Amino acid sequence: MSGLRLQHELEQFLYRQAELLDGKQWQAWTELFTADGIYWMPPDASYKTWDGQPAIFAEDRNLMAVRMGRVLHPDAWSQRPLWGTNHVVSNVVIRKVAKNGEVEVTSRFHMMELRRDDVRHFAGQYTHHLVKVKKGYAIRLQRVDMTNAQAAYDYVLQVWV
Amino acid sequence: MKTNHKLNFRNMVEPDRVRKEVYTDEEIFQQEMARIHETVWIYCGHESQVKNAGDYVTVQIGRQPMIMVRGKDRRINVLYNRCPHRGNMICGDVKGNTGEQFRCSYHAWTFHHDGRLKNIPMMDSGYKGTRLTKDSPELCMKRAARLESYRGFVFASLAKDGPTLQEFLGEAIVAFDDMCDRAPEGEVEIVPNCFRVIQHSNWKLFMENQIDALHPSVTHQSTGRAAHEVEKQLAKKAKSGEAPLSYHMLSAFATVSIDKWDNFQTINFPYGHCILTGYMGLRPQDPDTLAYDRIMIRAYGRKRFEQIVGVNIHHVLVYPGLSVQSPLQQLRAVRPLGVDRTLTEIWHFRLKGAPEAIYRRSLAYYNLVNSPATLINADDLENFWKCHQGLASDGGEWVSFARHHGRDIENKGVVSSGPNMGTSEAPMRNQMKAWAKYMSGAAQAGSR
Ligand code: FES
Ligand SMILES: [Fe+2]
Repeated sequence: MSGLRLQHELEQFLYRQAELLDGKQWQAWTELFTADGIYWMPPDASYKTWDGQPAIFAEDRNLMAVRMGRVLHPDAWSQRPLWGTNHVVSNVVIRKVAKNGEVEVTSRFHMMELRRDDVRHFAGQYTHHLVKVKKGYAIRLQRVDMTNAQAAYDYVLQVWV
Repeated sequence: MKTNHKLNFRNMVEPDRVRKEVYTDEEIFQQEMARIHETVWIYCGHESQVKNAGDYVTVQIGRQPMIMVRGKDRRINVLYNRCPHRGNMICGDVKGNTGEQFRCSYHAWTFHHDGRLKNIPMMDSGYKGTRLTKDSPELCMKRAARLESYRGFVFASLAKDGPTLQEFLGEAIVAFDDMCDRAPEGEVEIVPNCFRVIQHSNWKLFMENQIDALHPSVTHQSTGRAAHEVEKQLAKKAKSGEAPLSYHMLSAFATVSIDKWDNFQTINFPYGHCILTGYMGLRPQDPDTLAYDRIMIRAYGRKRFEQIVGVNIHHVLVYPGLSVQSPLQQLRAVRPLGVDRTLTEIWHFRLKGAPEAIYRRSLAYYNLVNSPATLINADDLENFWKCHQGLASDGGEWVSFARHHGRDIENKGVVSSGPNMGTSEAPMRNQMKAWAKYMSGAAQAGSR
């Protein structure tokens, strides 16, 4: 595959990931992950693995199902008020391409969040480990390094960034 | 109207209710900082956070920015983060190593780790004949009035007089004993990560919620139910027939119904401290636990081991600023930032000598419940914010703590909720009793 075509495919995939989050398409979003896929947000950029360490998020598909079930539950009080996000994804750089088509790709994101009348901004770097599947790609690992990771959180994060 | 109540803090607190201004009034907040947080023993940090000489962390005590630092003599010091020259903060970062000395970034005055002045540029030429000489005490970084450590947990008091740390903690000292005793080596070590979360609400709302046994099944229904669904599916698939314990930790928030919470008990102590008894199923019979049990029995003998793991604690509250979950080795320190803003600093500890699997088990709770992406606290914080908004209104004058009032059992200053009354509001009544004593100037809120 030509470099340009691959770049284009990956960018489209990353945009779709962000759009599913902004569109609150939680089920479709979790289905972007492989059966053993992990969503990981380390508390510090120096962390090398999600396993056995403090993590802001370290969720497999089962924990994603818990979070999704919670957010959709009618008594998720903190989710009742007006809430929405807007992601912008850019600076997409292909880091590694394996023979079997697996890729590691990094990008930068900026997320604006509205909750009630409050706006918050989060930004950082995505690192995606993607595997080839029939329909394109699936996420084996989505690492989210927040620039704000070590700062105090004014309120909390309720859904994946 | 407001001012009348301000004149007498005792009038603001009745045995079963509290004036709403107690939560929302700026002036009362300033008084609280002076009379409570800047007077009593406040948790600064754990000794393992500052292992080497020069290691420091900064910490807020009431309104005072402080530094906890390890000296070359291995001793820990707690100092005001303020240069005696023109007031510059000495440490601008939350943690680090200051090397041989503190050096002010403004005019290069230097200080020893215990705050003593080391050097002032141009001391001789610049200060000859002035009121300042090299041994003037006002040239030193000011130290916290008192400093004590218990099993590695460092506390400071900014008041010269008052009870010792152990007198202050009283029976709530079990928070640290329970945590450390569960380690085969009798000690814990901090996990070097702090989750910091800001709440838009008064600090007391957090302290009251921590031992409010009625709220989990209401507030945390959504996560509890969602976790329970996944837990059931996983149990079906698992060879052992059981889902990982972390799912149970979450589902218990919904599946432990209000009447079951009533089986728990609150024990309330002088100075406002409280223990919520009750068990979160942390003693299963899986291979990891059995391996841990064997190590513990080797370290302590069977009899002592049974005592240690039999300690029946869900939560210990050290008033006014610490919430400890000793069986899970985590604690939350409360730092009031303003009348309606509160920072919680959430830490996790490793049991020294315990298998990795035991660490990971409580880590799951740390991540799922206590991280900034918490599946649980999100709804608590929403309640706190809504409470604070409601209390700031003129829709009512009082906050009620009447649940099971009059049925508490008092014995030598220790107040227990009655049998099958674990959801009693006794802990809130007890906290406000201590609050009123502190605020009305009783030197020791513990005395009766
Ligand atoms: S303010 Fe610190 S040296 Fe001048
Ligand atoms: Fe709660």
